[in-house]
Amino acid sequence: MNKKISLLIVDDEESVRDSLYNWFLEDGFSAACADSAASALAMIESKNFDIILTDIKMPGMDGLELLRRIKAIKKDAIIIIMTAFATVDTAVQALKDGAFDYVTKPFDPDDLSHLIRNASRQIMLAEENTQLREHLKLENVDDIIGNSTEIKQVLEEVQKVAVTNSSVIITGESGTGKELIARAIHANSPRRFFPLVSVHCGALSESLLESELFGHEKGAFTGAIYTRKGRFEMADNGTIFLDEIATISIKMQIELLRVLETKSFMRVGGSKLITSDFRVICATNRDLKQMVDEGRFREDLYYRLNVVNIRIPPLRERKDDIPVLVQHFIRKYCTAMSRNPVSIEEGALSKLQEYDFPGNVRELENMIERAIVVGNGKEIRIKDLPLLKETSQTLTESLEELERKHVKAVLEKYDWNISRAAKALQVDRVTLYNKIKKYGFKENS
Amino acid sequence: MADMTIKLLNYGYFEKKMLSELAVGVSSEFEAEVKIVEGYLDLNAYFDAVRKQYNGNQILRYIDSHDAADYQKLVGLFNVDLFIPILTYIFGQAYLGGKSAIASGYRLTNERYGLTKNEALFHARFLKEVNHELGHCFGLIHCHNPGCVMQSSTYVEDIDQKSPHLCGNCRNLFHEGNR
Repeated sequence: MNKKISLLIVDDEESVRDSLYNWFLEDGFSAACADSAASALAMIESKNFDIILTDIKMPGMDGLELLRRIKAIKKDAIIIIMTAFATVDTAVQALKDGAFDYVTKPFDPDDLSHLIRNASRQIMLAEENTQLREHLKLENVDDIIGNSTEIKQVLEEVQKVAVTNSSVIITGESGTGKELIARAIHANSPRRFFPLVSVHCGALSESLLESELFGHEKGAFTGAIYTRKGRFEMADNGTIFLDEIATISIKMQIELLRVLETKSFMRVGGSKLITSDFRVICATNRDLKQMVDEGRFREDLYYRLNVVNIRIPPLRERKDDIPVLVQHFIRKYCTAMSRNPVSIEEGALSKLQEYDFPGNVRELENMIERAIVVGNGKEIRIKDLPLLKETSQTLTESLEELERKHVKAVLEKYDWNISRAAKALQVDRVTLYNKIKKYGFKENS
Repeated sequence: MADMTIKLLNYGYFEKKMLSELAVGVSSEFEAEVKIVEGYLDLNAYFDAVRKQYNGNQILRYIDSHDAADYQKLVGLFNVDLFIPILTYIFGQAYLGGKSAIASGYRLTNERYGLTKNEALFHARFLKEVNHELGHCFGLIHCHNPGCVMQSSTYVEDIDQKSPHLCGNCRNLFHEGNR
């Protein structure tokens, strides 16, 4: 700690003030004195003191009242109550009102040193904590790759929202990494030591979703052999991530709204009210506002969930990130497949940057994984990225032209291995030879 | 620092031999001439009948009222149990950056703690206490260096842990402050 700790001594007895004042100066603190609670309050208004030592019995306002008044304006103030006549009642009251400690005069010199050392340590920890929070780096964001302004902005929003308890809606097209963002928010929140429970609402029917979210009692329905905890219950003290929130039925929307408002629910077939303290993060690839306007999503639920909205831009809006993403996926899959790292042909990378990626990062990831599997083990070439060829297709091309292009592409893909190309085209080898002849293809042409 | 004079005012009826040793130790530490002067003070005026101790604040105030024409720093040496209103006892007391200090040998003897008399140890402790209070008079505050005489000592065992000397840092501060 660099700064000098400042103390305010409040006592109506001059000898006590002087003694403490000298003691603290010799100990290297900065100290000031007030002879009454009223003058202490005036001093506190104009200057910040780290530790306030106050006598309890003073004419006018007493030490306990001073303690309450200071705590009302400065919650984290460290106040030590001193008294010559200790009673259990006043000590308990002082501690209840937020005093840091309660000591009887005169103190043993060692007790005074300990007392001030403990208070100083508390101040140091509080300051360290503030500094750490200010410089806190986001954790668990290793999978969120990108240097673009757009992705940096998303991460900034994650950092800001993570420390709060607000509901979050993450919007973005399929494959943009909404779940990764939800995980990053949870991993950087005060709830990180408790579970992050994910529910893919779109994958479950209404009745199944109800049972998943709220749990069920034994015998609640056919097949419910055991009592089962629901996801809300599992997410107690943690976070629940509701993916594809736009797909839930109106009935479930009402149920969800009720749970979000009361944080309590009953298991399916149960009668006991269960409470759970969870934070909600939702994700959707739809325009929820438009769904509200069309009456397909409840407005009250929308506003309950949409406290903070984080939009993840599609990959086509942050094409600068494609090279780093490509390198990331190459490293990831080469390691997973125990292969030597491969490079990517400059032309192939350019083609990737021209592509619009309707399937976003997920599509790029799959493309790279596939290219590593089918490639030559050294370099990802244009022909290892077959989907790119689709970008040149137009609806004005004739069937014959399409066939010509497709046959050529397949031949290149299989390095002119006629058997494999014919198998891929689902024709026999003779038919493929006829096509090659018809279109005048030549190997390496 | 050759012009500096520190006066040790003996109110504690300490032996001459001990005072001479003390003067040597103080003189070498603060590079000053040390004068030993016998003093007389009716301590009854400073006795607190409830605490059965002597009020250090009041004694220090009295010491500080001395005319300082022939010295720069003055230490009153006592052999009574000193207190200040907020503390159960003190070994000594000084005005930070001021000209006066007091030190008492009362709680520095082994006999006080039921141990065998050790005159040499008592002299060593008293020198450390006087040097500590003088350090405060020269503007030095408590030091965290374990061997430094300016380390705060709340028990006599703490005094035994430190040396009678200023650490390098405190020595530099002493020189800077008294240039």
